[in-house]
Amino acid sequence: MKNLTLLFAIILSGTVMFAQNDKRSIPSANVKTLNGGSFNTSELNNDGKPMIINFWATWCSPCKRELNNIAEVYDEWVEETGVKIVAISIDDARNMGKVAPYVNGKGWEYEVYIDPNGDFKRAMNVNNVPHTFLVNGNGEIVWQHNSYSEGDEDELYELTKKLAKGEEISH
Amino acid sequence: MKIKKISFSLLLIASVGNLLGQSLGDQISSGEIHGNFQLNMQYYQEDSLIGAYEVPEDVLMNGFANFIYTNGNFSAGMRYESYMNPILGYPSGFKGNGLGYRYASFTNDNMSVTVGNYYEQFGNGLIYRTFEARGLGYDNAMDGIRIYYKLAEGLNVKGVIGKQRESFDSGVKYGEGIVRGIDGELSVNDFIPSLSEAKTRVILGGSFVSKFQPDQNSQFNLPENVGASAGRFNISRGKISLAGEYARKINDPSADNGYIFKEGEAFYAQTAFSTKGFGLTLSAKGNDNMSFRSDRGAAQTVLQMNYLPALTRQHTYNLLATLYPYATQPNGEVAFQGELVYKLKKNTFLGGKNGAGILLNYSTVYNIDSTALPASDTTQMGYTSNLFSVGDTKYYEEINVEFSKKFSKSVKAIFTYSNIVFNQAVVQGKNPKDHPTIYANVGVIDLTYKINKKHAIRTELQGLFTKQDHQDWATVLVEYTYSPHWFIAVMDQFNYGNKISEEQIHYYYTTAGYVKGANRVSLGYGRQRAGIFCVGGICRTVPAANGITLSITSSF
Repeated sequence: MKNLTLLFAIILSGTVMFAQNDKRSIPSANVKTLNGGSFNTSELNNDGKPMIINFWATWCSPCKRELNNIAEVYDEWVEETGVKIVAISIDDARNMGKVAPYVNGKGWEYEVYIDPNGDFKRAMNVNNVPHTFLVNGNGEIVWQHNSYSEGDEDELYELTKKLAKGEEISH
Repeated sequence: MKIKKISFSLLLIASVGNLLGQSLGDQISSGEIHGNFQLNMQYYQEDSLIGAYEVPEDVLMNGFANFIYTNGNFSAGMRYESYMNPILGYPSGFKGNGLGYRYASFTNDNMSVTVGNYYEQFGNGLIYRTFEARGLGYDNAMDGIRIYYKLAEGLNVKGVIGKQRESFDSGVKYGEGIVRGIDGELSVNDFIPSLSEAKTRVILGGSFVSKFQPDQNSQFNLPENVGASAGRFNISRGKISLAGEYARKINDPSADNGYIFKEGEAFYAQTAFSTKGFGLTLSAKGNDNMSFRSDRGAAQTVLQMNYLPALTRQHTYNLLATLYPYATQPNGEVAFQGELVYKLKKNTFLGGKNGAGILLNYSTVYNIDSTALPASDTTQMGYTSNLFSVGDTKYYEEINVEFSKKFSKSVKAIFTYSNIVFNQAVVQGKNPKDHPTIYANVGVIDLTYKINKKHAIRTELQGLFTKQDHQDWATVLVEYTYSPHWFIAVMDQFNYGNKISEEQIHYYYTTAGYVKGANRVSLGYGRQRAGIFCVGGICRTVPAANGITLSITSSF
C-alpha cells in the first residue's frame, strides 16, 4: 500500500511539474447499450463535430427537465451545429430496465448508454447529476457544467455554436 | 527511521527522474490528471423536537477528493477522505483523515489489469456488486486484483479477488473474508459473424462468486467457503426485449438469517416494449435468504457482496422520497412492477397545443410463502419455502400517476398522484402492535414559470394524507433560478395533521447557491429530513440535520 502510494505521489508530482496540456480526452470505461450490450466510452465520437455528454438518471427531476427541454429544440441544434447528445444514465439494476422505455416514451433522439455501477461517472469525476460535458471535434472535453436551471440550455447551445464554427471556448 | 528511509528513496527516485530529464518529463506530461472534490459541513443546533442532540464539536464535516492520472493505456487514482468528525446520520465506521482508495491499472492488447481498489458488478449484482454511494456513507470497495480479458470478439471474462472495505479510521480497514469471482459474457451476435446483422440480439452471461472466512465458532460447524452462482440472458428484437437472471447461493449461516443452513435463491426478470412516444416495462423479482456478505457476522450495510434492487418507483418529491421509501427485504420477498410512459400528441384533447406526457407506475411487494420448521427439527434449515410462491403479507404497494403538460412557452406543470400501502413493521423493523400498515394518498403539483430566458420560478405543492403514523403532511417549495449561476429556494415540510399537537413540526429549510461550470457552492439553513434532495438543480442524498449546511462540489 505504502509503495503504491509512493509511486502515485511521484507520478503526481511529475505531472504537476511538467503538465502543460489542459485539454482533456474522454476516458475509457465500459457502459451498457440499451439492448444490454457492452460499449467502451473511448469510442464515443461525432465525426469531427461537437458532442455533448450528459449524465442523468430516471429518478433525477432536474436531469429530466433538462433533457426534455433540449429534446424540443434538438432538431434545430443538430441542423445548425451537427451536435450529438450522448445521454449517460447512471440508473442501476433497480431502474435500468426502465431507461429505454422512458427514452422512447419521451421521444428522445439522443444516443443513450447506461452506467449501472458508476464506472464512467467515476472516470469523468462526476459528483452529482445532472452534469454536462461539451466535447469538441477532436474529442477533447472543453467545458463542463454541474446542475440544471431553466435557461441553462441556452448557454450550452451558444457554446456549441462557437465550437461548430471552430472557435475556442473558455470558462 | 522508516519515514527517513521512505523520504530518502523518494528523493533518490525524484533526482534520478530529474537526471533522466526531458524524456521522462515528456512521457509523464503527455498524460492527464483530473479529479473531483466534495465537502459537506454542518453547524448543529440542538433540536429536541426532531430528536437532534447537541453536538460537542458544534461543527462536523465530511469531505473527499479523487485524483485520476491517465496516460495512454495506464491509469492510477486515489481518493483522500476526511471526516472531522463525521456528520450526523452517517453510518459509524467513517472516521479521521487518510487515503480511502487507490489503484493502478493498465490495458494491454485484450487484457486489462487493475491492482488496488476497484468497484465491480456481475450481471444485475444479485451475487456480486461492490459500489459506492458516498452521500449515504456506503462503500464496500474491493482491495485486490481484477482482470478483464477479451477472449474473442463478443466473449469477455472478468475475474476478481480481494477483500472488501469494512470501515475507515484514518485509513481503510478491510474485512476478514476473501472474495473471489469470475464472470463471463457472450454476445452471440458479435461472436458468430453470420449473426452480426441479425435483428434478434442475444447476450448470455454467467458468474460464480465465493467467499472464504475461517470458522471460529465453537457452537456450529460453519462453512468456511460459501459459493454462489448466477446465469442470465438478454434477448431483444427491435422494439421488444426480454431479460432475466437467476442466482443460487449454498448454505451460508449468518447473523442476517439467524445462522440457518438453508440455501439462498433470487431471480430478476424484465420485459420491455417501446416505440416512439410509448414505453412499457414489466418486471418481477424474488429473493429468498439472499443476504450475502464477506463476513457472516456483519450487519447493516457493512461488507455486503451483492445487490438486491428494490422493485418500486424511486421518488424525488420530498414527501414521497423521505417518508415511506421501500427497502428490499433480503431474507425474502417477491415483487412486481409495471411502468408505462406515453407521449400525448400535440393538438389532441389531453395533449393540448404543446403536447403532454403520462407516466403510470404500479408496484407491489409480498413475502414469500414459507413454513417454519418445528422446534424438533435438527437440520437447522430454518424454514421451507418456494421462491415463486407469493405469500399473503403485503410489504408495499403503490399506484403512481404522473401527468406532465406544457401550457405555454412559459408555463409547465407536472401533476402526480400516488396511493401507497407501506408495511412499516416489516420495512422499518418496528413492533407491529403499535405500528400498523400505513395507507397514504399523496398529491404533488410541480409548476414552472419561466419569466424570461434566464429567470424562472418553480413551485412544488405537496400533500400526504394518512390516518396512520404521523397523519397528514404538506410541503411547499419555491425555487428561484437565475441561469446559469444562481439559485435560491425556500421550503417547508409541515406535519400539520399530527394528532399530537406538540408534534406538528415545521421542517423549514432555506438554501441558496452559486454554480459556475463544475463548481457549485450552496449554503442552507433549517431542518432537513434524510433522503434524496432535489433542490437547486441537482439531486443528492442527504442525512437528517438541523442548522447551517455548507456544500461545495467541484470537478476538474
